[in-house]
Amino acid sequence: MSAAGNGAMSATGNAVPQEKMITFANVSRFYGEVLGINNVSLAIPPGVTSLVGPNGSGKTTLMNLMAGLIHPSQGEIRVLGIPPEEPERLCRAVGYCAQFDAYPKGLTGYQFIYSFLRMFGFSHEDSDRRTLESLETVGLVEARNRPVAAYSKGMRQRAKLAQATAHDPQVVILDEPLNGLDPLARAEAIALFEKWGKMGRHVIVSSHILHEVDRISDQVILLSQGYVVAEGQIQSVRGEVKDQPMQILVRCDQPGQLAAQLFAQGKVVECKLHTDGRGLLLRTTDADAFYLLLNRIVMDTGLVIESIAPADDDVNSVYQYLIGGEGATI
Amino acid sequence: MNLWMRQVGGVLRLELKKTLVSRRGWWVYLLALGPVGLSLMHWLMGMSATFGHHSIGEDSLVFAGLFHFYYLRLGIFFGCVGIFSNLFRGEMLEKTLHYYYMTPLRRELLVAGKYLAGLITAILLFAGSTALSFLMLGRHFGAAYTDYILHGPGLSQFGSYVLVATLACVGYGAVFLMSGLFFRNPMIPAAVVMVWENLNPFLPSVLKKVSVIFYLKNLCPVEIPIPPPFNVMVVDADPTPFWIAVPGLLALSIILLIYAGLSARQTEINYGE
Repeated sequence: MSAAGNGAMSATGNAVPQEKMITFANVSRFYGEVLGINNVSLAIPPGVTSLVGPNGSGKTTLMNLMAGLIHPSQGEIRVLGIPPEEPERLCRAVGYCAQFDAYPKGLTGYQFIYSFLRMFGFSHEDSDRRTLESLETVGLVEARNRPVAAYSKGMRQRAKLAQATAHDPQVVILDEPLNGLDPLARAEAIALFEKWGKMGRHVIVSSHILHEVDRISDQVILLSQGYVVAEGQIQSVRGEVKDQPMQILVRCDQPGQLAAQLFAQGKVVECKLHTDGRGLLLRTTDADAFYLLLNRIVMDTGLVIESIAPADDDVNSVYQYLIGGEGATI
Repeated sequence: MNLWMRQVGGVLRLELKKTLVSRRGWWVYLLALGPVGLSLMHWLMGMSATFGHHSIGEDSLVFAGLFHFYYLRLGIFFGCVGIFSNLFRGEMLEKTLHYYYMTPLRRELLVAGKYLAGLITAILLFAGSTALSFLMLGRHFGAAYTDYILHGPGLSQFGSYVLVATLACVGYGAVFLMSGLFFRNPMIPAAVVMVWENLNPFLPSVLKKVSVIFYLKNLCPVEIPIPPPFNVMVVDADPTPFWIAVPGLLALSIILLIYAGLSARQTEINYGE
């Protein structure tokens, strides 16, 4: 992911053409005197992209702009090459699951999805088939003839997901889609997002549950007070946060000896022995140099390394470094 | 069937479900059914021997008064405020308008579908109520009333009242659908339009013609004289002939709807959160 106009790379590292991306070019949106987002330039490739930021940071504004529900005060947006001012084209490519727990009155789950599919111009048979397929995807086939108003919050949330994706959109925009879902339903929803992302769709997710979206995100956009603070693959974003030494957990048979060697070479700023005595949590300002040094120590001393893993290249840590506060509870 | 027809049909089906049976719109049903109840009472009381003697002509004048002062100025007017103002504004309040805006539907077609649904509801309620009231009001005259309708001026009066009620729904419907797109509080434009429409008899003849009620009043089969002292302030304007009044009102409604369609294209979904 990169600023608009520079092209972008997918999660697999391939270059993605502009017409397959969602691009923002110097986009600002103001609500009267209040700033929604300011001067945002992005090029989002297919895959799962998480929007992360505290309340009022501009996540929903960004999503509403992509969906064409609001218009930018300045700048230009293209969704797969389509300007949002052309809803007749845009809405065939985009599905939007809004955060509002609101539904047209008096409709059953089936009618809720079927009625709007008809407005896409699908025939009765096609609409019926798509409705049943989407209801099956979210596990609501049995409850399809009950009024949506009588559903539990989790069921309503799933009905919204089914409604947003029943027309098989290439871009799925999900504003707080995990709200109200129980852990099992949440896991299923996340698996579904991951599947859509792997199918080459754009899945734009905003969620407060950072550790859950982190697992499936190919890209992340961090927002704060209407500005994009960071964007890209989470490891790259973490790499850019130079003022926070990187945390790495090394599991080995002689952590004490390893710590001594590392300090002697001056490549780490902090080391902590793991509570079970078989690991070392260290902080380094130069991860590349650290890995080279570790290789040399292993060869020189015969240390047995069980595993090496970065400990703070997740969304939550990056969020805390860049925006501050406790990411998981924003 | 082409795509546009299918899309408008989709909107119409969905909207009819909401507008025809709406718990929040109970007062609109009351506005429509009120005069039906009165006419029913008049019929039942007319059959009793103690009911004062009066003629079909007098009942016809009573109905003309009911139609002029209740249906046109109150019932249909506020009924249309309730039905049409809520077509967009109601969905904004319920946070459901984005479902429509996320379909590949031309906004003009959305306006058309919603307007048609509102119009069907309003006509069913108010033209239906007008017809029922008219038929029941003189029912106690028995065969004489049947003869009045079938062989006298009754049928033409009946047709005119139903036509005027329908045209009122068409005209006020377009006005209030458009105002629902621009105003959060529908009572503000409703109050302004109501004052304007009720001042109509006292306006100069040029201004008289810039209103819905002027054309509708001219189409009514029985004229109601304005009582003194207000009659001295009434300004007479040349009545507009039928062939201008009806197409004129329809054209005005179409212009308002086109403007509403263009405005709907610019409307943003912002529920204020």
